[in-house]
Amino acid sequence: MNHSVATIKAIAKRELSSYFTSPVAYVFLVIFLLLAGFFTFTVGNFFERGEASLSAFFAWHPWIYLVLVPAVGMRVWSEERRSGTMELLLTMPVNAWEAIIAKFLASWAFLAIALALTFPIVVTVNVLGTPDNGMIFAGYLGSLFLAGAYLAITCMTSAMTRNQVISFILSVVLCLFLILAGFNPVTDLMTRWANPAVVEVVAAFSVITHFDGFQKGVIDTRDLFFFLSVIGFALFATSVIIRNHRAG
Amino acid sequence: MIRIENLTKSFGLKKAVDDLSFSVERGEVLGFLGPNGAGKSTTMRMITGFLPPSGGKITVGGHDVVEDGLAAKKLIGYLPENAASYPDMSVEGFLGFAAELRGLNGAARKKAVHRVVDLCFLESVLHQQIDTLSKGYKHRTCLAQSLIHDPDVLIMDEPTDGLDPNQKHEIRNLIREMGKTKAVIFSTHILEEVDAACTRAIIIDRGRIVANGTPQELRDMSTLAGAVTISAQGADQARLAALPEAARVEALEGAALRVYPKDKQASVALARSVMDLAGREGWKVAALHTEEGQLDEVFRRITLPDTVKKQ
Repeated sequence: MNHSVATIKAIAKRELSSYFTSPVAYVFLVIFLLLAGFFTFTVGNFFERGEASLSAFFAWHPWIYLVLVPAVGMRVWSEERRSGTMELLLTMPVNAWEAIIAKFLASWAFLAIALALTFPIVVTVNVLGTPDNGMIFAGYLGSLFLAGAYLAITCMTSAMTRNQVISFILSVVLCLFLILAGFNPVTDLMTRWANPAVVEVVAAFSVITHFDGFQKGVIDTRDLFFFLSVIGFALFATSVIIRNHRAG
Repeated sequence: MIRIENLTKSFGLKKAVDDLSFSVERGEVLGFLGPNGAGKSTTMRMITGFLPPSGGKITVGGHDVVEDGLAAKKLIGYLPENAASYPDMSVEGFLGFAAELRGLNGAARKKAVHRVVDLCFLESVLHQQIDTLSKGYKHRTCLAQSLIHDPDVLIMDEPTDGLDPNQKHEIRNLIREMGKTKAVIFSTHILEEVDAACTRAIIIDRGRIVANGTPQELRDMSTLAGAVTISAQGADQARLAALPEAARVEALEGAALRVYPKDKQASVALARSVMDLAGREGWKVAALHTEEGQLDEVFRRITLPDTVKKQ
């Protein structure tokens, strides 16, 4: 057990620091903060709403993450495959699952840093009004898990190919499906020809459905369970893909 | 240390490695030869636990690579074919990372990094980012990584590929030095390296072992081995062919004649007879020597027919 913890720590540390040695990380952080600000204040009419809440902020996260999380995660495994370092890493005394978890955690930590840098907006609502800070906390927690689910899917697509662009496109498509399955215009369309029970089942697979609760300030264990199982499933699929790739 | 039994690996229908068995003990340096695509890298990737075998058994230091991969991997230092490393890290950072994964911490890690930096002459580039290094330095950085935990087993896939002659010389010396206390396998297609560094060599072709022995034994497989070449004024091909030890005589460029022995073991007797004959006949001998077998001739003879067939 100690071995696994030490291994995961070593790989995660290397992975996280590799984000910050390239300018891409800073470009990403700036773009994320600009987009979050733009959607919240301009499209979401943050001030005009006159509400002391961050609903205008969180509502855009599934869409902002749709592009940005695959951009962060696309290189995680495809780069290792392309450069041949995967062979180096997996011939070290390292189990594949340790490497998979370490790489996921490092990228998730990077996304958490990006999310934490949005703190001025929390300060803003607290200065302008008296928001429900518990609700804001739930929103952040939900947003973090949402990012984690997208990221795990990106890790999976990244393990499939040595081409980062393909990995990016595949993960955007998969994540888009997870959004649209519960996106109101789509579910409305589906109710016209499908049984409402079917629509509900499909919507249950959507991140939107499960992210809604967090936005309303409700931390439901079922929603947490949903995100954790998406992460768990995608990382498990990653390990299968890597094993099959090596089995030839 | 390394024991391989009936190792097989298929990619789809193609058998990359076919029923390979051999073992390497501590103190041995095994040269792994073969044409491109013969299965050298695939075999090494299976020994290091990167590729799972389709059949057969590999044990390293008594640990089964498939069943108990972690214990086996701890004993192995591996230099992969393209000497891959993380381009965005510094040499020091990369070696520190490798040491950390090998379970070395604190002072032990510093000491280990220092040791391999000395061993591989990396002092001058210690703080440089790896992707700014020349190929030789990149290669040595990856080599340093494989030595960081002073492994009992060292596996190197084309360790001298792409290096300049001085660097090749250094690496060969290093391999020979390592071979005194470790079990070493390295692959190459440079035949002179077999003489320079190996205690034993295996030639594989299309996934099968076609020759296994010391460099001298392999050389003796050469048709040339034991032949006597004489360059003399007045030498007569027919008289030479009539010698009891001679199998046949071949005329070479520049009036030299090469006498092949009937029995390779009796090459000394052949040389003596040739000398006696020359003395009796009063030939003016300019040069006379017994041929050593040539590895590249053996290599070509064993592996060529298949390559030609494929074309």
